[in-house]
Amino acid sequence: MSEPAPIHTRPWIAAGSLAGILLALALPYLLSSYYLGLVIKMVIFALFAMSLDLLIGYTGLASLGHAAYFGVAAYATGLVALRLGWNVWLALPAGMLMAALTGALFGLLALRARGSYFLMITLALSQVLWGIAFGWRSLTGGDDGLPDVPRPDLGLPWSLTDNTPFYYFVLVIAGVAAFLLIRIVNSPFGYALRGVRESETRMLALGYNVWRYKYVSFVLASVFAGLAGCLYVYFNRFVSPDYVHVVRSAEVLLMVILGGAGSLIGPAIGAALIVLFENVVSAHTERWLMVLGFVYVIVTLYAPRGLTGLVQDFRKRSARP
Amino acid sequence: MSALVVQGLSRHFGGVQALSEVSFTVDAGERRLIIGPNGAGKTTLFNMLSGIFTVSGGSIVLLGRDITRLPPYERARMGLARTFQITNLFPRLSVFDNVLLALQAADENAFALHRPMRASRHLYRRAEALLAEWGLASTAAQLAKDISYGEQRQIDLILAMAVQPRVLLLDEPTAGLSAAEVVRVVALVHSLPREMTILMIEHDMDVAFDLADRITVLHQGRLIAEGDREAIRANPQVSEIYLGVE
Repeated sequence: MSEPAPIHTRPWIAAGSLAGILLALALPYLLSSYYLGLVIKMVIFALFAMSLDLLIGYTGLASLGHAAYFGVAAYATGLVALRLGWNVWLALPAGMLMAALTGALFGLLALRARGSYFLMITLALSQVLWGIAFGWRSLTGGDDGLPDVPRPDLGLPWSLTDNTPFYYFVLVIAGVAAFLLIRIVNSPFGYALRGVRESETRMLALGYNVWRYKYVSFVLASVFAGLAGCLYVYFNRFVSPDYVHVVRSAEVLLMVILGGAGSLIGPAIGAALIVLFENVVSAHTERWLMVLGFVYVIVTLYAPRGLTGLVQDFRKRSARP
Repeated sequence: MSALVVQGLSRHFGGVQALSEVSFTVDAGERRLIIGPNGAGKTTLFNMLSGIFTVSGGSIVLLGRDITRLPPYERARMGLARTFQITNLFPRLSVFDNVLLALQAADENAFALHRPMRASRHLYRRAEALLAEWGLASTAAQLAKDISYGEQRQIDLILAMAVQPRVLLLDEPTAGLSAAEVVRVVALVHSLPREMTILMIEHDMDVAFDLADRITVLHQGRLIAEGDREAIRANPQVSEIYLGVE
């Protein structure tokens, strides 16, 4: 992690980032409203996948229930926007707070276990939420969900029901969140998370309170997943039990694995690819889940460290004389 | 003050009694060697002292404070450090970052989220100095899993000593090292400050007897002898079960 990139590649990285930012800003003028909607979905899921990467890639905790925090925040935001008429500056924090509280509670339970047991507990806890979302009709609308959630009103001359201003709104919020995540993983706290991932017993022997690091990481990942959920409910203007379903948890897990855990940028790219792929596949067949399963098998067999892993291997090979 | 007082310490794993009723006292600044054949309970003892294993019975007092129920990281903060019999590094981090994490453990900013790691310049300088001192500066950028076994063992030691412990547990520090590397490790242990208390498990008798003030002998989970070098050499029971002399 302290391996700096060779000096001569730095200008290319800077130029590439600048080009990327300019392209991101110009997209609404290059794409139709439909495809812009697809890009918005990509950005939201990129944030969702990055939040899970904090757990998997940096802390070494493989969660199969990450949709719980995404979904809880989506429901909370949807409910206060619909029933109480709260504006976005209250509804977003409300959603993130619910995600934080849920993460704080589930973290207490799940972090008692390790490895595949941790995975099973996170899965079970998220399915409890799914059951509540499905069963508590008076609050959640059951499997009909909550339709007609209004797009945020920022009090600006542009209405966010139009995808172009909404795209910029999502881009700014997801950009700030990504910046915060990058700062976190490069902080002393973030370095310690990598230590926890690599060897808990060594961290304990050095004097690190390992549980506290894992717990804070778990809650932070929940909050960022919650933010993604809030944005998604505004985007779709709808929330249903699908938001907290295990399939969504598995999907975001695959985004992280496909992109390459422990790099933040990898899972963001993985998310964009899966969203795009799902869109293409769904146009031709209803069997998206089966295709997703194939993708999973192929990635774990041929690129277990994801796309970033492939790029690293390629660089190593070409660096050798 | 005694650095370590162990009273009636026991541990069983299911029906297997790994350690039974072990009691001993280590003075501050003492170099204590712990020997015993395989399965004698030496590493189990270390795991209980450092808090990785819970205690089935008995008590541990470190530097005047009862630590029997204290979590491992709080024992470390009191000044207890250890190495591991099976090398325990951060395998997919660079050697430099391994040392950095060890140095950061006691740092006031170890839990900071809001500042970049690179702001901790003093830790970077100390990590560079430590690696240079050990002649391992050339490995700094390599991943810990990619360096040689001998180098890994030395990094293991550096991590334990980076926290400037008052009591240091060394679990077979020379196991698997080349003759030249053994000489370096022995010289290093000799050079540690005299006020540091050291408990060492070691199989290499030349290394072990040379470094130790006193020796404790474990056999099948029991303490069977304790004394200085001459006393242990002369002890017929020890010769029989450990040194293999009939």
